[in-house]
Amino acid sequence: MLSPILLSLKIATIATVFSFVLGVFFAYILNRKRIPGKSFWETLLILPMVLPPSVTGYLLLIAFGKRGFIGGFLLENFEIQIVFTWVAAVIASCIVSLPLMYQNAKSAFISLDPVYEQAARTLGSSEWKIFRTVIFPLAWPGVISGIVLSFARAIGEFGATLMVAGNIPGKTQTIPTAIYFAVESGKTELANRLVLIMTIFSFVLIFGLNAWLKKRNYIGRQG
Amino acid sequence: MSIYFKISKKLDHFDLDLEFGFDQGVLAIQGESGAGKTTVLNCIAGLTRPDEGRIAFGERVVFDSEAGIDVPARLRNIGYLFQNYALFPNMTVRQNIIYGIRNKPEYGDKAKREELLRYADEVMETFGIAHLKKKHPNRISGGEKQRVALSRAIVTQPSLLLLDEPFSALDHQTKENIYEQFAEFKKIFRIPTILITHDPAESEMFADSRILIKDGGII
Repeated sequence: MLSPILLSLKIATIATVFSFVLGVFFAYILNRKRIPGKSFWETLLILPMVLPPSVTGYLLLIAFGKRGFIGGFLLENFEIQIVFTWVAAVIASCIVSLPLMYQNAKSAFISLDPVYEQAARTLGSSEWKIFRTVIFPLAWPGVISGIVLSFARAIGEFGATLMVAGNIPGKTQTIPTAIYFAVESGKTELANRLVLIMTIFSFVLIFGLNAWLKKRNYIGRQG
Repeated sequence: MSIYFKISKKLDHFDLDLEFGFDQGVLAIQGESGAGKTTVLNCIAGLTRPDEGRIAFGERVVFDSEAGIDVPARLRNIGYLFQNYALFPNMTVRQNIIYGIRNKPEYGDKAKREELLRYADEVMETFGIAHLKKKHPNRISGGEKQRVALSRAIVTQPSLLLLDEPFSALDHQTKENIYEQFAEFKKIFRIPTILITHDPAESEMFADSRILIKDGGII
Protein backbone atom coordinates (compact mmCIF):
# COMPACT_ATOMS: atom_id res chain seq x y z
CA MET A 1 0.00 0.00 0.00
CA LEU A 2 2.96 2.31 0.67
CA SER A 3 4.31 2.30 -2.87
CA PRO A 4 1.40 4.17 -4.58
CA ILE A 5 1.37 6.70 -1.71
CA LEU A 6 5.08 7.48 -2.01
CA LEU A 7 4.90 7.58 -5.79
CA SER A 8 1.89 9.90 -5.68
CA LEU A 9 3.74 12.26 -3.34
CA LYS A 10 6.84 12.22 -5.56
CA ILE A 11 4.89 12.83 -8.78
CA ALA A 12 2.66 15.53 -7.28
CA THR A 13 5.62 17.35 -5.71
CA ILE A 14 7.66 17.47 -8.92
CA ALA A 15 4.57 18.38 -10.99
CA THR A 16 3.75 21.20 -8.55
CA VAL A 17 7.27 22.62 -8.79
CA PHE A 18 6.94 22.83 -12.56
CA SER A 19 3.39 24.19 -12.53
CA PHE A 20 4.50 26.79 -9.93
CA VAL A 21 7.34 28.05 -12.14
CA LEU A 22 5.28 27.98 -15.34
CA GLY A 23 2.10 29.31 -13.72
CA VAL A 24 3.81 32.28 -12.05
CA PHE A 25 5.81 33.05 -15.19
CA PHE A 26 2.79 33.04 -17.52
CA ALA A 27 0.54 34.84 -15.01
CA TYR A 28 3.10 37.64 -14.70
CA ILE A 29 3.98 37.90 -18.39
CA LEU A 30 0.39 37.71 -19.66
CA ASN A 31 -1.13 40.03 -17.09
CA ARG A 32 1.52 42.63 -16.30
CA LYS A 33 3.14 42.99 -19.71
CA ARG A 34 1.80 43.71 -23.16
CA ILE A 35 1.91 40.36 -24.93
CA PRO A 36 0.34 39.86 -28.38
CA GLY A 37 -2.28 37.10 -28.54
CA LYS A 38 -2.81 37.17 -24.75
CA SER A 39 -6.32 35.64 -24.95
CA PHE A 40 -5.08 32.78 -27.11
CA TRP A 41 -2.23 31.84 -24.75
CA GLU A 42 -4.49 32.17 -21.72
CA THR A 43 -7.14 29.91 -23.26
CA LEU A 44 -4.46 27.35 -24.08
CA LEU A 45 -3.24 27.37 -20.46
CA ILE A 46 -6.72 26.99 -18.98
CA LEU A 47 -7.93 24.40 -21.51
CA PRO A 48 -6.86 21.32 -19.47
CA MET A 49 -9.24 22.48 -16.72
CA VAL A 50 -12.30 22.13 -18.95
CA LEU A 51 -11.23 19.28 -21.22
CA PRO A 52 -12.10 15.73 -20.10
CA PRO A 53 -8.92 14.19 -18.61
CA SER A 54 -9.12 11.45 -21.24
CA VAL A 55 -8.80 14.08 -23.96
CA THR A 56 -5.79 15.66 -22.24
CA GLY A 57 -4.32 12.17 -21.80
CA TYR A 58 -4.91 11.30 -25.41
CA LEU A 59 -3.29 14.53 -26.63
CA LEU A 60 -0.28 13.85 -24.38
CA LEU A 61 -0.10 10.33 -25.76
CA ILE A 62 -0.01 11.73 -29.30
CA ALA A 63 2.75 14.18 -28.32
CA PHE A 64 4.88 11.91 -26.14
CA GLY A 65 4.15 8.51 -27.68
CA LYS A 66 6.83 6.58 -29.60
CA ARG A 67 5.65 8.16 -32.85
CA GLY A 68 4.70 11.50 -31.31
CA PHE A 69 6.59 14.64 -32.29
CA ILE A 70 8.23 14.99 -28.85
CA GLY A 71 8.31 11.30 -27.87
CA GLY A 72 9.68 10.25 -31.28
CA PHE A 73 12.40 12.91 -31.12
CA LEU A 74 13.47 11.91 -27.58
CA LEU A 75 13.49 8.20 -28.43
CA GLU A 76 15.43 8.61 -31.64
CA ASN A 77 18.06 11.04 -30.35
CA PHE A 78 18.45 10.21 -26.69
CA GLU A 79 16.80 6.78 -26.36
CA ILE A 80 14.44 8.22 -23.76
CA GLN A 81 10.94 6.85 -23.53
CA ILE A 82 8.41 9.00 -21.71
CA VAL A 83 5.10 7.14 -21.90
CA PHE A 84 4.39 4.49 -19.26
CA THR A 85 7.03 5.95 -16.92
CA TRP A 86 6.58 8.10 -13.82
CA VAL A 87 7.85 11.06 -15.86
CA ALA A 88 4.70 10.81 -18.02
CA ALA A 89 2.62 10.95 -14.83
CA VAL A 90 4.51 14.10 -13.80
CA ILE A 91 3.80 15.72 -17.18
CA ALA A 92 0.09 14.79 -17.01
CA SER A 93 -0.22 16.07 -13.43
CA CYS A 94 1.60 19.28 -14.29
CA ILE A 95 -0.60 19.99 -17.32
CA VAL A 96 -3.86 19.47 -15.39
CA SER A 97 -2.75 21.43 -12.33
CA LEU A 98 -1.25 24.35 -14.28
CA PRO A 99 -4.63 26.13 -14.82
CA LEU A 100 -5.17 26.28 -11.03
CA MET A 101 -1.70 27.71 -10.45
CA TYR A 102 -2.12 30.16 -13.30
CA GLN A 103 -5.56 31.38 -12.20
CA ASN A 104 -4.50 31.94 -8.59
CA ALA A 105 -1.26 33.70 -9.51
CA LYS A 106 -3.14 35.81 -12.09
CA SER A 107 -5.71 36.96 -9.50
CA ALA A 108 -2.89 37.81 -7.10
CA PHE A 109 -0.97 39.82 -9.70
CA ILE A 110 -3.89 41.80 -11.12
CA SER A 111 -5.23 42.71 -7.69
CA LEU A 112 -1.96 44.46 -6.76
CA ASP A 113 -2.08 48.23 -6.90
CA PRO A 114 0.37 49.30 -9.67
CA VAL A 115 1.48 52.20 -7.46
CA TYR A 116 3.90 49.85 -5.60
CA GLU A 117 5.60 49.06 -8.89
CA GLN A 118 5.73 52.75 -9.76
CA ALA A 119 7.21 53.61 -6.37
CA ALA A 120 9.89 50.93 -6.76
CA ARG A 121 10.67 52.23 -10.24
CA THR A 122 11.21 55.81 -9.04
CA LEU A 123 13.46 54.39 -6.30
CA GLY A 124 15.80 52.98 -8.95
CA SER A 125 14.76 49.31 -9.16
CA SER A 126 15.15 47.21 -12.28
CA GLU A 127 12.10 45.24 -13.51
CA TRP A 128 13.53 41.98 -12.13
CA LYS A 129 14.19 43.56 -8.74
CA ILE A 130 10.66 45.00 -8.65
CA PHE A 131 9.28 41.51 -9.30
CA ARG A 132 11.55 39.90 -6.70
CA THR A 133 11.19 42.42 -3.89
CA VAL A 134 7.72 43.91 -4.33
CA ILE A 135 5.35 42.10 -6.70
CA PHE A 136 6.11 38.49 -5.78
CA PRO A 137 6.14 38.98 -1.98
CA LEU A 138 2.83 40.89 -2.17
CA ALA A 139 1.28 38.25 -4.43
CA TRP A 140 2.59 35.43 -2.20
CA PRO A 141 -0.71 34.50 -0.45
CA GLY A 142 -2.38 34.04 -3.85
CA VAL A 143 0.59 32.07 -5.11
CA ILE A 144 0.49 29.84 -2.01
CA SER A 145 -3.19 29.10 -2.72
CA GLY A 146 -2.19 28.15 -6.24
CA ILE A 147 0.59 25.84 -5.00
CA VAL A 148 -1.68 24.04 -2.54
CA LEU A 149 -4.56 23.63 -4.99
CA SER A 150 -2.19 22.50 -7.75
CA PHE A 151 -0.64 19.94 -5.42
CA ALA A 152 -4.09 18.68 -4.40
CA ARG A 153 -5.13 18.46 -8.07
CA ALA A 154 -1.86 16.74 -9.03
CA ILE A 155 -2.10 14.13 -6.31
CA GLY A 156 -5.69 13.34 -7.30
CA GLU A 157 -4.98 13.16 -11.03
CA PHE A 158 -6.38 9.99 -12.59
CA GLY A 159 -7.64 10.06 -16.19
CA ALA A 160 -4.74 11.62 -18.06
CA THR A 161 -2.20 9.81 -15.87
CA LEU A 162 -3.78 6.42 -16.61
CA MET A 163 -3.62 7.08 -20.34
CA VAL A 164 0.02 8.20 -20.55
CA ALA A 165 1.59 6.42 -17.58
CA GLY A 166 -0.61 3.35 -17.22
CA ASN A 167 -0.91 1.40 -13.97
CA ILE A 168 2.36 -0.40 -13.35
CA PRO A 169 2.64 -1.24 -9.61
CA GLY A 170 5.81 0.24 -8.13
CA LYS A 171 6.53 2.23 -11.28
CA THR A 172 3.53 4.33 -12.29
CA GLN A 173 0.73 3.24 -9.98
CA THR A 174 -0.49 6.26 -7.99
CA ILE A 175 -3.16 6.38 -5.26
CA PRO A 176 -6.07 7.19 -7.65
CA THR A 177 -5.14 4.44 -10.13
CA ALA A 178 -4.50 1.99 -7.26
CA ILE A 179 -8.01 2.73 -5.90
CA TYR A 180 -9.59 2.18 -9.31
CA PHE A 181 -7.90 -1.17 -9.88
CA ALA A 182 -8.44 -2.27 -6.27
CA VAL A 183 -12.19 -1.72 -6.67
CA GLU A 184 -12.21 -3.43 -10.05
CA SER A 185 -10.44 -6.51 -8.71
CA GLY A 186 -12.63 -6.68 -5.59
CA LYS A 187 -9.95 -5.57 -3.08
CA THR A 188 -12.43 -3.41 -1.17
CA GLU A 189 -10.36 -3.19 2.01
CA LEU A 190 -7.34 -1.74 0.17
CA ALA A 191 -9.61 0.66 -1.72
CA ASN A 192 -11.24 1.80 1.54
CA ARG A 193 -7.89 2.50 3.16
CA LEU A 194 -6.57 4.47 0.19
CA VAL A 195 -9.82 6.43 -0.13
CA LEU A 196 -9.64 7.32 3.56
CA ILE A 197 -6.01 8.46 3.27
CA MET A 198 -6.76 10.50 0.16
CA THR A 199 -9.83 12.17 1.72
CA ILE A 200 -8.11 13.03 5.01
CA PHE A 201 -5.04 14.32 3.19
CA SER A 202 -7.06 16.59 0.87
CA PHE A 203 -9.23 17.82 3.76
CA VAL A 204 -6.21 18.73 5.89
CA LEU A 205 -4.54 20.48 2.97
CA ILE A 206 -7.51 22.71 2.11
CA PHE A 207 -8.41 23.30 5.78
CA GLY A 208 -4.80 24.30 6.52
CA LEU A 209 -4.67 26.66 3.56
CA ASN A 210 -7.87 28.44 4.56
CA ALA A 211 -6.70 28.75 8.16
CA TRP A 212 -3.34 30.16 7.06
CA LEU A 213 -4.90 32.71 4.71
CA LYS A 214 -7.32 33.80 7.41
CA LYS A 215 -4.55 34.14 10.00
CA ARG A 216 -2.39 36.06 7.61
CA ASN A 217 -5.26 38.54 7.09
CA TYR A 218 -3.59 39.71 3.94
CA ILE A 219 -6.01 42.55 3.24
CA GLY A 220 -5.07 44.18 6.55
CA ARG A 221 -1.41 44.26 5.59
CA GLN A 222 -1.81 46.67 2.69
CA GLY A 223 0.17 49.82 3.49
CA MET B 1 19.71 74.27 -11.20
CA SER B 2 16.89 75.26 -13.50
CA ILE B 3 14.16 72.76 -14.16
CA TYR B 4 12.18 72.95 -17.37
CA PHE B 5 9.15 71.02 -18.56
CA LYS B 6 7.20 71.09 -21.80
CA ILE B 7 4.61 68.36 -21.89
CA SER B 8 1.89 67.46 -24.38
CA LYS B 9 -0.27 64.47 -23.58
CA LYS B 10 -3.61 63.37 -24.97
CA LEU B 11 -5.89 62.35 -22.09
CA ASP B 12 -9.38 60.83 -22.15
CA HIS B 13 -11.37 64.07 -21.99
CA PHE B 14 -8.88 66.78 -22.98
CA ASP B 15 -5.36 67.42 -24.18
CA LEU B 16 -2.76 68.42 -21.63
CA ASP B 17 -0.41 71.01 -23.03
CA LEU B 18 1.89 72.93 -20.72
CA GLU B 19 5.29 74.52 -20.52
CA PHE B 20 6.91 75.84 -17.35
CA GLY B 21 10.16 76.09 -15.48
CA PHE B 22 11.56 77.07 -12.10
CA ASP B 23 14.96 77.42 -10.49
CA GLN B 24 14.64 76.43 -6.87
CA GLY B 25 12.30 76.17 -3.91
CA VAL B 26 8.79 74.81 -4.14
CA LEU B 27 6.61 75.11 -7.22
CA ALA B 28 2.94 74.45 -6.55
CA ILE B 29 0.72 73.08 -9.29
CA GLN B 30 -2.84 73.85 -8.38
CA GLY B 31 -5.95 72.55 -10.09
CA GLU B 32 -9.28 70.81 -9.62
CA SER B 33 -9.46 67.01 -9.42
CA GLY B 34 -9.16 65.51 -12.86
CA ALA B 35 -7.21 68.51 -14.20
CA GLY B 36 -4.27 66.25 -15.04
CA LYS B 37 -1.98 67.22 -12.15
CA THR B 38 -0.88 63.67 -11.34
CA THR B 39 -0.30 63.00 -15.05
CA VAL B 40 2.14 65.93 -15.09
CA LEU B 41 4.07 64.42 -12.17
CA ASN B 42 4.02 60.95 -13.76
CA CYS B 43 5.41 62.41 -17.00
CA ILE B 44 8.22 64.13 -15.09
CA ALA B 45 8.99 60.97 -13.09
CA GLY B 46 9.05 58.84 -16.25
CA LEU B 47 6.04 56.72 -15.27
CA THR B 48 3.92 58.07 -18.13
CA ARG B 49 5.31 58.97 -21.52
CA PRO B 50 4.28 62.41 -22.86
CA ASP B 51 3.22 62.41 -26.52
CA GLU B 52 5.57 65.30 -27.16
CA GLY B 53 7.79 67.62 -25.19
CA ARG B 54 11.05 68.13 -23.35
CA ILE B 55 12.00 67.69 -19.70
CA ALA B 56 15.36 68.90 -18.44
CA PHE B 57 17.03 69.29 -15.04
CA GLY B 58 19.74 71.86 -15.72
CA GLU B 59 21.94 70.44 -18.47
CA ARG B 60 20.51 66.95 -18.05
CA VAL B 61 17.73 66.15 -20.52
CA VAL B 62 15.59 63.21 -19.36
CA PHE B 63 12.96 63.44 -22.09
CA ASP B 64 13.00 64.93 -25.54
CA SER B 65 10.52 63.61 -28.08
CA GLU B 66 12.35 65.21 -31.01
CA ALA B 67 15.78 63.90 -30.04
CA GLY B 68 14.31 60.49 -29.07
CA ILE B 69 15.51 60.76 -25.45
CA ASP B 70 13.45 58.99 -22.79
CA VAL B 71 15.46 58.18 -19.64
CA PRO B 72 13.68 55.39 -17.70
CA ALA B 73 12.08 56.29 -14.36
CA ARG B 74 14.65 54.32 -12.36
CA LEU B 75 17.51 56.44 -13.72
CA ARG B 76 15.90 59.88 -13.37
CA ASN B 77 16.87 60.34 -9.71
CA ILE B 78 13.54 61.82 -8.72
CA GLY B 79 11.93 61.50 -5.30
CA TYR B 80 8.20 60.87 -5.52
CA LEU B 81 5.73 61.05 -2.66
CA PHE B 82 2.58 59.29 -3.91
CA GLN B 83 -0.85 60.41 -2.82
CA ASN B 84 -1.53 57.18 -0.87
CA TYR B 85 2.20 56.99 0.06
CA ALA B 86 2.70 53.57 -1.62
CA LEU B 87 4.74 52.19 1.26
CA PHE B 88 5.62 48.56 0.59
CA PRO B 89 3.42 46.57 3.00
CA ASN B 90 5.82 43.61 3.02
CA MET B 91 8.72 45.68 4.38
CA THR B 92 9.39 47.42 7.67
CA VAL B 93 9.67 51.20 7.90
CA ARG B 94 13.49 51.02 7.73
CA GLN B 95 13.44 48.58 4.80
CA ASN B 96 11.10 50.97 2.99
CA ILE B 97 13.38 53.92 3.63
CA ILE B 98 16.64 52.26 2.56
CA TYR B 99 15.02 50.56 -0.48
CA GLY B 100 16.17 53.30 -2.86
CA ILE B 101 19.62 53.53 -1.29
CA ARG B 102 20.20 49.83 -1.94
CA ASN B 103 19.68 50.44 -5.65
CA LYS B 104 22.47 52.99 -5.86
CA PRO B 105 25.64 51.75 -7.58
CA GLU B 106 27.82 53.11 -4.75
CA TYR B 107 25.96 50.87 -2.27
CA GLY B 108 28.38 48.12 -3.32
CA ASP B 109 31.28 50.03 -1.75
CA LYS B 110 31.50 49.34 1.99
CA ALA B 111 32.50 52.83 3.12
CA LYS B 112 29.92 54.49 0.87
CA ARG B 113 27.26 52.04 2.03
CA GLU B 114 27.86 52.93 5.67
CA GLU B 115 27.70 56.60 4.82
CA LEU B 116 24.38 56.15 2.96
CA LEU B 117 22.87 54.12 5.78
CA ARG B 118 24.04 56.68 8.34
CA TYR B 119 22.34 59.37 6.31
CA ALA B 120 19.13 57.29 6.25
CA ASP B 121 19.27 57.06 10.06
CA GLU B 122 19.79 60.82 10.28
CA VAL B 123 16.78 61.47 8.05
CA MET B 124 14.67 59.14 10.20
CA GLU B 125 15.79 61.05 13.30
CA THR B 126 14.99 64.41 11.66
CA PHE B 127 11.48 63.22 10.82
CA GLY B 128 10.97 61.69 14.26
CA ILE B 129 10.30 58.21 12.93
CA ALA B 130 13.45 56.38 14.12
CA HIS B 131 11.42 54.58 16.80
CA LEU B 132 9.14 53.09 14.10
CA LYS B 133 11.89 51.49 12.05
CA LYS B 134 10.99 47.88 12.85
CA LYS B 135 7.25 48.34 12.35
CA HIS B 136 5.29 47.51 9.21
CA PRO B 137 3.32 50.31 7.48
CA ASN B 138 -0.04 48.83 8.53
CA ARG B 139 0.96 49.38 12.17
CA ILE B 140 1.61 53.13 11.99
CA SER B 141 -0.67 56.18 11.76
CA GLY B 142 -1.46 58.25 8.66
CA GLY B 143 0.83 61.09 9.70
CA GLU B 144 3.67 58.65 10.38
CA LYS B 145 3.13 56.99 7.00
CA GLN B 146 3.43 60.38 5.36
CA ARG B 147 6.74 61.08 7.11
CA VAL B 148 8.08 57.62 6.24
CA ALA B 149 7.12 58.09 2.59
CA LEU B 150 8.74 61.53 2.52
CA SER B 151 11.91 60.15 4.13
CA ARG B 152 11.99 57.34 1.55
CA ALA B 153 11.65 59.88 -1.27
CA ILE B 154 14.45 62.19 -0.09
CA VAL B 155 16.94 59.74 1.37
CA THR B 156 18.29 58.95 -2.11
CA GLN B 157 19.19 62.65 -2.44
CA PRO B 158 17.10 63.24 -5.56
CA SER B 159 17.62 66.19 -7.87
CA LEU B 160 13.88 66.90 -7.80
CA LEU B 161 11.11 66.02 -5.38
CA LEU B 162 7.52 65.42 -6.50
CA LEU B 163 4.74 65.61 -3.91
CA ASP B 164 1.29 64.49 -5.01
CA GLU B 165 -1.35 65.91 -2.66
CA PRO B 166 0.82 65.04 0.37
CA PHE B 167 -1.71 66.28 2.92
CA SER B 168 -4.99 65.11 1.39
CA ALA B 169 -5.18 61.77 3.22
CA LEU B 170 -4.66 63.32 6.67
CA ASP B 171 -7.24 64.44 9.23
CA HIS B 172 -7.38 68.09 10.30
CA GLN B 173 -5.31 67.80 13.50
CA THR B 174 -2.57 65.68 11.89
CA LYS B 175 -2.47 68.09 8.97
CA GLU B 176 -1.72 71.04 11.26
CA ASN B 177 1.22 69.18 12.83
CA ILE B 178 2.54 68.03 9.48
CA TYR B 179 2.34 71.56 8.04
CA GLU B 180 4.79 72.73 10.70
CA GLN B 181 7.15 69.84 10.07
CA PHE B 182 6.93 70.36 6.35
CA ALA B 183 7.92 74.02 6.66
CA GLU B 184 10.90 72.85 8.74
CA PHE B 185 11.75 70.15 6.19
CA LYS B 186 11.73 72.72 3.38
CA LYS B 187 14.35 74.76 5.23
CA ILE B 188 16.60 71.76 6.02
CA PHE B 189 16.67 69.79 2.79
CA ARG B 190 16.41 72.48 0.10
CA ILE B 191 15.52 70.08 -2.72
CA PRO B 192 13.71 71.65 -5.71
CA THR B 193 10.14 70.47 -5.22
CA ILE B 194 6.93 70.32 -7.20
CA LEU B 195 3.89 70.23 -4.94
CA ILE B 196 0.54 69.17 -6.35
CA THR B 197 -2.43 70.47 -4.43
CA HIS B 198 -6.05 71.39 -4.90
CA ASP B 199 -5.93 73.58 -1.78
CA PRO B 200 -4.92 77.24 -2.45
CA ALA B 201 -4.05 77.65 1.26
CA GLU B 202 -1.38 74.93 1.02
CA SER B 203 0.26 76.45 -2.02
CA GLU B 204 0.11 79.85 -0.32
CA MET B 205 1.85 78.36 2.72
CA PHE B 206 4.68 76.45 1.05
CA ALA B 207 5.16 77.51 -2.55
CA ASP B 208 7.72 79.99 -3.84
CA SER B 209 6.05 79.96 -7.24
CA ARG B 210 2.67 78.73 -8.44
CA ILE B 211 0.87 77.64 -11.57
CA LEU B 212 -2.79 76.82 -12.01
CA ILE B 213 -3.88 74.15 -14.45
CA LYS B 214 -7.30 74.26 -16.08
CA ASP B 215 -8.65 72.67 -19.27
CA GLY B 216 -5.26 71.14 -20.01
CA GLY B 217 -3.31 74.41 -19.93
CA ILE B 218 -1.75 76.90 -17.53
CA ILE B 219 -3.88 79.89 -16.65
